[in-house]
Amino acid sequence: MLRTRFQQSLDELRSKLLSMAGLAENAVDTAIRAYSERVPELCQKVMENETMINLAERKIDEMALDLLAMQQPMAVDLRFILAVIKSNADLERVGDQAVNIAQRVMDMIALPPAELAADVPKMAETVGSMIRQSLEAFVSGDADLAHRVLEMDDIVDRMNQEIFVAMDKTMSVSPQLIRQALDTIIIARNLERIADHATNIAEDVIFWVKGTDVRHSFDTGALLPRAK
Amino acid sequence: MSMGITVRKLNAWFGKNQALYDIEMEISAGQATAIIGPSGCGKSTFVRCLNRMHETLPDTRVTGSVRVGDLDIYGSGTSPVEVRRRVGMVFQKANPFPAMSIYDNVAAGLKLNGFHRKQELDEIVEHSLRMAALWDEVKDKLRKQSGAGLSGGQQQRLCIARALAVQPEVLLMDEPASALDPISTAKIEELIFQLKTQYTIVIVTHNMQQAARVADRTGFFLMGQLVEFDRTETIFTTPHDKRTEDYITGRFG
Repeated sequence: MLRTRFQQSLDELRSKLLSMAGLAENAVDTAIRAYSERVPELCQKVMENETMINLAERKIDEMALDLLAMQQPMAVDLRFILAVIKSNADLERVGDQAVNIAQRVMDMIALPPAELAADVPKMAETVGSMIRQSLEAFVSGDADLAHRVLEMDDIVDRMNQEIFVAMDKTMSVSPQLIRQALDTIIIARNLERIADHATNIAEDVIFWVKGTDVRHSFDTGALLPRAK
Repeated sequence: MSMGITVRKLNAWFGKNQALYDIEMEISAGQATAIIGPSGCGKSTFVRCLNRMHETLPDTRVTGSVRVGDLDIYGSGTSPVEVRRRVGMVFQKANPFPAMSIYDNVAAGLKLNGFHRKQELDEIVEHSLRMAALWDEVKDKLRKQSGAGLSGGQQQRLCIARALAVQPEVLLMDEPASALDPISTAKIEELIFQLKTQYTIVIVTHNMQQAARVADRTGFFLMGQLVEFDRTETIFTTPHDKRTEDYITGRFG
């Protein structure tokens, strides 16, 4: 194999992205635990950890930029670095969404506890699974697994819609719970966005592995050909 | 005016060793086409077949057909000299005629063809040097300085001007910038970009970034075969053949 050092750098870039992914995944898990257990310290932890995610994002971008400039990668290597750069941005946004959730949870903790007809932990579990599987696809270069992540996005969209409808009803019949219901809607919305980021990462994996751009293909009902 | 090139079932041999196998290629007029591939893959042999230079080496043979526009370059009545006028060539190492002035280097091809009208010669020399982006640098020493007295990059552009002076339709370039510094390389690449509007350009290069920068289409050769020929963007981002991908990502070569 030629260009051994370059291949080692690509491995290093991959492992940096996975560490970053671990931080982002952990932030979401912690925010949801804070929601379920109503623990303000966990919210605080999510907010503090965001700095580490932001720092990791910059380091990955720097390394990717250096590799583009110094190694002038082509084909599968070029697609890989592009996928890393894009997934990196998505993971940073996942971290931001976790912070948003933590902020809403802090707000909810300050309010009286309420039994709401919203299964946020179940939605969070599905979203967490999407993130894990998209990253697993990244580690193993598994485009089939990435495709399965894309299919899960619809499930999360449906859950988000269900929570919205349920909270809308709660606000109509129990005006004293408007704030809790609004917080819940926002949290569900944040989770739905995290699922979108996991979807983006899965699409990036497919582009890296297969060279096929599957973005927005569900809108048109077919895979889009590469723009000429 | 530029002409497209149609290559059909082209095979070439050095003695008993076959260097090209059944090459089929449609090279578009007015575009730059890059030929890439590892050493010994047949890319230089291929371009040398496009203007019948391959047959100038001893014990060589070519079968198949190459058409430049309507001209069947291996047709029985076709003269190799006429072919080489219509299909010019620039080599890796600039090779100006050392004993000739800059002017005479550019005019040499025309004079050899019996063209001696001074005013027209002057005009063609100036036009060719302008096309080769060399005029401004040499206009004051056209007859005083030998072609060999120019820098490497200037010599290469002089050779391009010499090739253009006989008004070819196709320009073949075999590693034209591989011996040049980055500034001269950039000038040659810029020149290719300008020239391709008027000439069909085929460039052999080891430098894949160069192919990516200048070529509209790129062909990848391996062991005498054309593995893949596609838009340059496709070759360098999403090649279809695993061998192309392995080569351009440096996994073999």
